[in-house]
Amino acid sequence: MVVGIKDIFKLIGIIIVAACAVFVCTLFQNYNIDLQSIEGQIDGEQLKILYDAVVMTGKVVIAVSGGCLLITAAVMLGFYIKHYIDTHRKELGILKALGYSNIKIASGFWVFGLSVLMGALLGFIGAYCFMPEFYSVQNDDKMLPKFEAEFHVELLLLFVILPTVVFALLSVLYSLIKIKTPVMELLKGKSVIKIKEVKFKGEASFLKDMKNAVIRGRKSLVFFIGFAAFCYSDMVQMFFGMDTLGNEVTSVMILMIGITLAFTTLFIAVTSVVKANGKNVAVMRAFGYSSGECRRAVMDGYRPAAFVGFVIGTFYQYILLKIMVTVVFKDVENVPEYGFDLKAMIITLITFVIIYEIVMYLYGRKIGKLTLKEVMLDSE
Amino acid sequence: MIKAENIRKFYGVGDSKAEILKGISLEIEKGGFTVILGASGSGKSTLLNVLSGLERAESGSVLYEGENIENYTDEQLTEFRKKRIGFIFQQYYLLPNLNVDKNVKMGAQLAGNRDYGEIIAALGLGEMKNKYPHQLSGGEQQRVSVARALAKKPDVLFLDEPTGALDEETGRLVLDQISKLQKELGFTVIMVTHNANIAEMAHWIIKMNSGRIAEQYENTAQKTAYEIGW
Repeated sequence: MVVGIKDIFKLIGIIIVAACAVFVCTLFQNYNIDLQSIEGQIDGEQLKILYDAVVMTGKVVIAVSGGCLLITAAVMLGFYIKHYIDTHRKELGILKALGYSNIKIASGFWVFGLSVLMGALLGFIGAYCFMPEFYSVQNDDKMLPKFEAEFHVELLLLFVILPTVVFALLSVLYSLIKIKTPVMELLKGKSVIKIKEVKFKGEASFLKDMKNAVIRGRKSLVFFIGFAAFCYSDMVQMFFGMDTLGNEVTSVMILMIGITLAFTTLFIAVTSVVKANGKNVAVMRAFGYSSGECRRAVMDGYRPAAFVGFVIGTFYQYILLKIMVTVVFKDVENVPEYGFDLKAMIITLITFVIIYEIVMYLYGRKIGKLTLKEVMLDSE
Repeated sequence: MIKAENIRKFYGVGDSKAEILKGISLEIEKGGFTVILGASGSGKSTLLNVLSGLERAESGSVLYEGENIENYTDEQLTEFRKKRIGFIFQQYYLLPNLNVDKNVKMGAQLAGNRDYGEIIAALGLGEMKNKYPHQLSGGEQQRVSVARALAKKPDVLFLDEPTGALDEETGRLVLDQISKLQKELGFTVIMVTHNANIAEMAHWIIKMNSGRIAEQYENTAQKTAYEIGW
């Protein structure tokens, strides 16, 4: 087997994202299925409107949160597979040189799908553990007839088995595309860097050149850092918004998922930045660049991505909640008016800036302490 | 003048602790060409790292014009390397995402050198300045590494097996260019090598064995890169 089972434990990001996605989808889909059992008891126009709105809410949450998280998991999977292939080029080259076909080698990558299985199982089990509490709070308002949580085996197939199979297939297909590289190129051990020329206005300093090169070198990391900011901004502000709208359980759930996702993604991205640039920084340090200069050259370029992610997250959650209130719940009585919460946005922004800068500073210090000696030993 | 006094350096901890430099003392003349010659594991690269301020010794002192760099803080040591030291490594260590021009600029900017194009031209890299390291041969990459080191106008240039990854023809070319530029610009060269033939280019030769200086002598019959054996 090309990829070992132990390798999937390194895919902690996918495990967490899959767990969050399946947790949300299982919880709301199970609730929607059980809700259908009381459809016959719904009488009266107001109750019917409320029923439809609750069903629609579940569908929106599943589509928006679940869908978004699954796409993220797919992007992360692609990132991990590419990284794995880049760091194991020699081994893959030897296998190809010995006569293993691309499809034979790629078929070993199915085990990456197991990371989705682990995450999905965790999310699935977590959803059923949390379900009694969720139902009890949902039933508390006594507006809809009371109903109990039931286990639906089809959800196991839909949210655990199916994603595992799909992600295992994706892993095989993506790796098949990625290992279609000539044997000698793989044996040389170094990936060919695709370079895109950037024209600077006027003469840029070396540190600015370096900052641009770092960003251009790993665009996927720009996405991850932007996404981390998006998750934090979107879900923390949504927590305040949902709280205002009176759905405490959902708001706390959103907050927990948002923070978990944001930090998981941020740590994966920043760790990758440090690993990818350690050697360059060590050379810069040897030549006499200060650790502060190196930190700024490597880390500062990601700040605009984080800012853009935060802004998109802010608009996204506002538009989503506005649509929920004005379209889905438009005919339901006693739904509070929803407007943009500036205070929530400021609190979210300040906490995000503090956390982001601390993480970047700490990782920057780590990268600045890397010596050329370690790099030399690493490359031997 | 660079003076090292009783340098001791250890690696590892506990039972696996090994003494790599066992009380090294030496003097290196300013503007000269010195080679530190030794087999693999003799401690020559560690000595170069300590002399250049890349690593600290456990004891002893490294004096540059009487000032002990072992007493420097990390910030002072960074500033010292910035102002005075240039490096050329066997593995080049060019920045892969930056082209030749920007790799050389990395060194030039530290010295505020805006005319670094001259050094690129002097090393015959003028037509390659927009190419990236992976588009260059080993010899070309090493010449970029030489340009990068010299663009920061160092007082002392440290070279760690600079021809170790090059073929004979390219190796001679690189050594010849370094030697000519040293004579022209007057910087001090300290080169580590295991190749006794290359050592014949130096004015001073320090032979190392098992962490100690086995022999050091003046070479009065310096040869050029094209006169030495390979």
